[in-house]
Amino acid sequence: MKAEIDRDIAREAVIEFLTAGYRLPNGQGILHNLSLTVSRGETLALLGRSGAGKTTALKLINRLLDPTDGEVLVENKPTTSWNAIALRRHIGYVIQEVGLFPHFTIEQNISLVPRLERWPAERTQTRVKELLDLVDLDFDKFANRHPHELSGGQRQRVGIARALAADPPILLMDEPFGALDPLTRGDLQKEFQKLQQRLGKTIVLVTHDVGESLLLASRIALLEEGKLTGIYSPAEFLVAKDPMAAAYVANFRMYEEAERANEHP
Amino acid sequence: MNILDFFARHQRELLQATLEHVWLVGMSMLLAVAIGVPLGIIVTRQPWLSKPILGGANIAETIPSLALFGFLLPVPWLGERADRLVIVALTLYALLPIIRNTSTGIESINAAVRQAARGMGMTENQILWQVELRLAMPTILAGVRVATVLTVGIATIAAAVGAGGLGEFIFRGLAMVNNQLILAGAIPAAALALLADFILSLLERRLRPARQ
Repeated sequence: MKAEIDRDIAREAVIEFLTAGYRLPNGQGILHNLSLTVSRGETLALLGRSGAGKTTALKLINRLLDPTDGEVLVENKPTTSWNAIALRRHIGYVIQEVGLFPHFTIEQNISLVPRLERWPAERTQTRVKELLDLVDLDFDKFANRHPHELSGGQRQRVGIARALAADPPILLMDEPFGALDPLTRGDLQKEFQKLQQRLGKTIVLVTHDVGESLLLASRIALLEEGKLTGIYSPAEFLVAKDPMAAAYVANFRMYEEAERANEHP
Repeated sequence: MNILDFFARHQRELLQATLEHVWLVGMSMLLAVAIGVPLGIIVTRQPWLSKPILGGANIAETIPSLALFGFLLPVPWLGERADRLVIVALTLYALLPIIRNTSTGIESINAAVRQAARGMGMTENQILWQVELRLAMPTILAGVRVATVLTVGIATIAAAVGAGGLGEFIFRGLAMVNNQLILAGAIPAAALALLADFILSLLERRLRPARQ
């Protein structure tokens, strides 16, 4: 009985795509007939090539785009009946180029949503301290700096802190580590994995990095030319028959083997 | 009699002409900013309006100033007072650089910044005031600078329709073939243009945000 309840909680749908599609005003289809469910606390990776419709799918969740077919539910309510502003403040958003405001200090960048939500100043500052601590940046050192004074990795940490500011239950990440050098990327991915276990957010992660998907995702949704071709657990993905999945895995293994060969000459 | 003596002797007259000049330019610039910046914002929001707005401002820019004063003379409310007429004409000249720099300033903001702002739940108004205008401010000010310098020069022609200003000396000098009189108008006008340029450049530098 207890186990059943736990399973029900675990399977509580937070985001649902119901035969959702998106086409441009000129009629060009970007995303077709997408149906999938993201449960509370899980991390779903949307994996695919550029132009596969991953980012479009992500933007349908926080209403940066509205579906032209079907619908997308967030917490059981179609996005189109959410107030777009309320929905977006309920969802953290991290993008590859980070998009920090160059004219704001780090503190102002992170505290943006709390300030928009008119939190008291004291609570906001406590929260900024907490968040900088969470992403391993020193408050006294970084709070008053501007984004251009930070390295790429530090900026991305600030981007993550900013997305978490108002403690949203859902986090959308669009190639969050894509612009970083491989070493910084690896470090941040590992740190983020720990963060994720601690925070238990529902996360949708857009990526074309198989390693990242395997490390961070509980399920991997493979997209190809705007269509979902399969959903796999990391273990299933490694042995999937789908030619595209197999190609991704083969490519991934190539690096892994090269690494191993270097470690044990 | 050298020019300094002339300045000393006509101190009061010169001061009045300068104040008139500043008034004409100042009022025109206030109007031009109040009209030009919103038009520049509209251009970025409704691209289909970009051609008519920028085209209109462009045409205004090409009309010779004396002719423009002439065209505006028969307009009921405007023709009644010379300074009104001149201020409207100068405003029309100042619009183009302000509209253009406002729209380029906003359009050149990194797309990721705007996407992040929307994605985090800022309203269109919040994005405009807290992000776009703040980041575009140096570019907008550069446009205001260009427009101001331009307007200080054109305002000398205001004297032709009796609106006063430093042009009075220039026109009188031309009529009397007196170079000193011409210089007595031209030098303060040039100084005024340089001063305005300098002050606005300081402001521009202060408001330039750190770039990513």
